[in-house]
Amino acid sequence: MSTRIGIVTFPGSLDDADAARAVRIAGGEPVALWHGDEDLKKVQAVVLPGGFSYGDYLRCGAIARFAPVMTKVIEAANAGMPVLGICNGFQILCETYLLPGALTRNDHLHFICRDQKLRIENTSSDWTRDFAPGQEIVIPLKNGEGGYVADEATLDRLEGGGRVIARYLEVNPNGSRRDIAGVCNERGNVVGLMPHPEHAVEDLTGPSTDGIFFFASALTSVLAGSHR
Amino acid sequence: MARVIVDVMLKPEILDPQGRAVQGALGRLGLTGVADVRQGKQFVIQLEGDLDDDRRAKLEDLAGELLSNPVIEDYRMTVLDDDEVSA
Repeated sequence: MSTRIGIVTFPGSLDDADAARAVRIAGGEPVALWHGDEDLKKVQAVVLPGGFSYGDYLRCGAIARFAPVMTKVIEAANAGMPVLGICNGFQILCETYLLPGALTRNDHLHFICRDQKLRIENTSSDWTRDFAPGQEIVIPLKNGEGGYVADEATLDRLEGGGRVIARYLEVNPNGSRRDIAGVCNERGNVVGLMPHPEHAVEDLTGPSTDGIFFFASALTSVLAGSHR
Repeated sequence: MARVIVDVMLKPEILDPQGRAVQGALGRLGLTGVADVRQGKQFVIQLEGDLDDDRRAKLEDLAGELLSNPVIEDYRMTVLDDDEVSA
């Protein structure tokens, strides 16, 4: 039986279809979850996709945090289920405090859309375990509010605990502190990533197929039962 | 009727690129000596009836939980009484 990975659609989500396709290409079974759902339909992992949930009103992710489905996602994350937030999903995970820090307006104020080189810094999280240590990848990045900020003590704690999962290489596209592109929680099951691996899973449309490793990692994690 | 004003500002240590852009624009438009500009948000909340302690406490919670993100923002809540509202 293939692994069921839930993809949450909020009003304003854009990348839910691509995330579902990435899950399918990786060998999982994508399960559509709606923001108003009160149950997670027996999924074994969850992706919060990119986009502009609730129009980015108030702050990015601030309103999505209170969606009914998020109550269940937060419970499951705290119980160890693999949860990946991409772009707007990362912003939502920070607003829920499942991940530390926050995403702020790009320092140069422009929306950015480019193929971005990254280095995978952590290969023990539930979403990065299929990468080689230090692997360099290229996946699309597209954001207006992608500057990762946290206080110095938090940044030191993340670095010390190996919780920076990916770092921008060659150019820091949005002013993120310490070139941070993604972080995970202490347990390694909750990961937030600003660039978009779901757009880099097919040669036809992506700059690479490097993104598939994130989704394959989750399948590996679920099969290994590492989240229990 | 009570009116509550909640001002939300980025914490001083958080870079405010919008404020910096406004600072540049002010200078270009002829205002000299602009040392700094910070941009924030203001919520004007009109309440039915008087503000009792319960609702005041709830508002304080929500100002810190919904209206602002305490990781990057500070808020200040101001309650205007009837006279000030009608004035």
